[in-house]
Amino acid sequence: MNRRSLFALAAGAAMVAFAGTAAAWPTRPITMVVPWGAGGGTDATARVIGSLLEKELGQPVNVVNRTGGSGVVGHTAIATASPDGYTLGIMTVEINMMHWQGLTKLTHENYTPIAIYNIDPAGVQVAADAPYKSIKDLLDAIKANPGKLKASGTGQGGIWHLAIAGMLKDAGIDPAAAPWVPSQGAASGLQDMVAGGVQVVPCSIPEARAMLDAGKVRSLVIMDGKRNPVYPDVPTLKEATGSDWTMAAWRAVVGPKGLPKEVTDKLLPALKKIHGSKEFRDFMAKQGFGVFWAEGAEATAFLTKSNTALGDVMKAVGIAK
Amino acid sequence: MDALLTAFGLVLDPYVLLVIAGSAAFGLFVGAVPGLTATMATALLVPVTFFMEPVPAIAAIVTATAMAIFSGDIPGCLVRIPGTPASAAYTDEAYAMTRKGQAEQALGAGLVFSALGGIFGSIVLVLAAPALAEVALRFSSFEYFWLVCLGLTCAVFISTGDPVKGLISLFLGLSVSLVGLDNPAGYPRLTFGSIELLGSVSFIPTMIGMFAVSEIIRWAASPGAAPFHVQNNIGNVFTGMGRMMVTYRRQLLRGSVLGTLIGALPGAGADIAAWIAYAMSKKLSKEPEKFGTGHPEGIVESGAANNAAVSGAWIPALVFGIPGDSITAIVIGVLYMKGMNPGPTVFMNNAPQLYAVFIVFFIANLMMLPFGWAAIKAAKQILRMPRSVLMPIILLFCIVGSFAINNTAFGVGLMLVFGIVGYLMESNGIPVAPAILGLVLGALLEDTFVSSMIKSDGNIWGLFERPIAGTLGAVTLLVWFAPLLIRTMRRWQAPAS
Repeated sequence: MNRRSLFALAAGAAMVAFAGTAAAWPTRPITMVVPWGAGGGTDATARVIGSLLEKELGQPVNVVNRTGGSGVVGHTAIATASPDGYTLGIMTVEINMMHWQGLTKLTHENYTPIAIYNIDPAGVQVAADAPYKSIKDLLDAIKANPGKLKASGTGQGGIWHLAIAGMLKDAGIDPAAAPWVPSQGAASGLQDMVAGGVQVVPCSIPEARAMLDAGKVRSLVIMDGKRNPVYPDVPTLKEATGSDWTMAAWRAVVGPKGLPKEVTDKLLPALKKIHGSKEFRDFMAKQGFGVFWAEGAEATAFLTKSNTALGDVMKAVGIAK
Repeated sequence: MDALLTAFGLVLDPYVLLVIAGSAAFGLFVGAVPGLTATMATALLVPVTFFMEPVPAIAAIVTATAMAIFSGDIPGCLVRIPGTPASAAYTDEAYAMTRKGQAEQALGAGLVFSALGGIFGSIVLVLAAPALAEVALRFSSFEYFWLVCLGLTCAVFISTGDPVKGLISLFLGLSVSLVGLDNPAGYPRLTFGSIELLGSVSFIPTMIGMFAVSEIIRWAASPGAAPFHVQNNIGNVFTGMGRMMVTYRRQLLRGSVLGTLIGALPGAGADIAAWIAYAMSKKLSKEPEKFGTGHPEGIVESGAANNAAVSGAWIPALVFGIPGDSITAIVIGVLYMKGMNPGPTVFMNNAPQLYAVFIVFFIANLMMLPFGWAAIKAAKQILRMPRSVLMPIILLFCIVGSFAINNTAFGVGLMLVFGIVGYLMESNGIPVAPAILGLVLGALLEDTFVSSMIKSDGNIWGLFERPIAGTLGAVTLLVWFAPLLIRTMRRWQAPAS
């Protein structure tokens, strides 16, 4: 009896130990932290990935919005979570910007990148009734009257602010010649432009899509190496002015630093399968999001390059501390 | 006509009707749980709608949000926890009615006039969406600045008693809204190095603390205080509603129009609509002294306004893909996913689906009556519970709600701190409602002012240069200074005569 109960105890302990290792991951629901609000692009893609991941892994994936602090709060929540595979998150381009502004000490090195799944290049939008027919017209107008044309589309020092500042600098114009009006996001910036409050909104094409289709705004240029297939008439900046300047927002699935190999070995193939699935592709195409894929060393190289490039521009235009 | 017939066919499908009924129950539940908002109901529905046809997908969201905005009134009325921020404006009024033993009447008014306001907003959405959206799109930060100033002026009207105490409360709320990184300069303010405070003081835990926790503390401080007066002879929730509809027809119309218009503005939603409607109701009432003592007039007007705003918010969302509030911000994503791309073309390309969605708006608002009636019947039983049992349960719900909004224990801490603040304020005769208003509008006030100043290169007259902004500005200044002006003129006239 005694020996048998001892055996049972040992077996039980072994089972607990087994369940405790990540080998059987996932054995309970997974939390997916989104550093931005419900309804935005990051939230939308996270929820689609979450519901597809649920089917792949057989465990519920709860998408949780940890908003505020221009992304600092949510990114911190992911980085400081226990690296057991039960807290994952979506990391966005801002992780490579916030630390240059002195808002946080976190960089992309505080995370385990699984895969970068989306890239949206910046565009340059003006109101449909504006006199600027090409990016050259707009740049000339900014150069002729510094400070007169105002731009908007995200918070102070945000990704689209950086996009236009870098473009102006590359064209030999003072980045301060188009003062930035902070806004809650691209949608409110576009609305303000149509209402006549600002003149330029350098946001991504998917964000401006409804207004483009409604004929309320015009897209002059896209800051990317190639044209957007949905809007093939919009030239790239290189084609229009010869400038090599590009800027894009990206999104990645990550975990806290030190995610065990057992977790990544199971998570990466699942994500890869989702990324290739018809549901995901249809969703991204319908919303106009750019599909992209980078994993492992390639992802790390991408992040390091993005970090250096953003830091250089932020210092050059005077946003970095 | 063909499109309309097809639309009816799309809606009257048993599967669609089942989805509508299910989302109605879901919306009622989410709205009634403090801390879970109508926006969250929508976000939770998105992964489910992912696997549905366009019409049931949109129908689920329309129904759930309409129900949630109404059912937010239920805990606000019964235990002084507004279920959603849109109910905060008249929570004190409804709670005062409950204490007088008129919970039935307060909830009945909330239900019936919510449904009527929602239907009014839907009619406007169907008939005038493109025209109204054009107007809403004319609003820039200059116009919003004055709109926020008008909203803040409401603080003086919604606070019972001394206006000075109302202003103290308002400025406390405005000061709290300064905390965090989400300001125009993107610079951390008053955060003391805390990551949580970087994300600013969230509104829901603060609201729960100030309203509900302060009430629990008050009960704990004097447990012998008079218990709720519950009518044993529980009448029909709908009794007297016909008479109210006649008595308050003007309030109903005013609230519905105001709610629809504010909802259609991209920068303002159901909560702001409710505050302004309540203040307007008191200002224009024949018996303003009854406000705050348990008088249904303000509940009628603001209850209609917040549901009308939910419908109104769809106007810019459908026509230009510009969200009218945080709910439609999510809806736009779903519309794209379902191939109903927002824009003027949606009225041509997807006419049958769009008409089907419009029909769902009416069904949802009509269904609110039986579903809401059942919810009130069930919820009312909690008033019969001994308070020594009820209060701990309320506290439990407060904690869950404060935690749920951001999934962080920090929210629970905020709730406790503001519970004590609210208790101290009320025991000194300072109303809490204006503080909540200040917290809601503080960030918007700063954003719109700073944006306007950047745009006009620091010229303060820029706030008056655009026609709509100039008019709104003149009205605001008139409301502020008219009493002073009239008094001064009288003083001058007195010695002359």
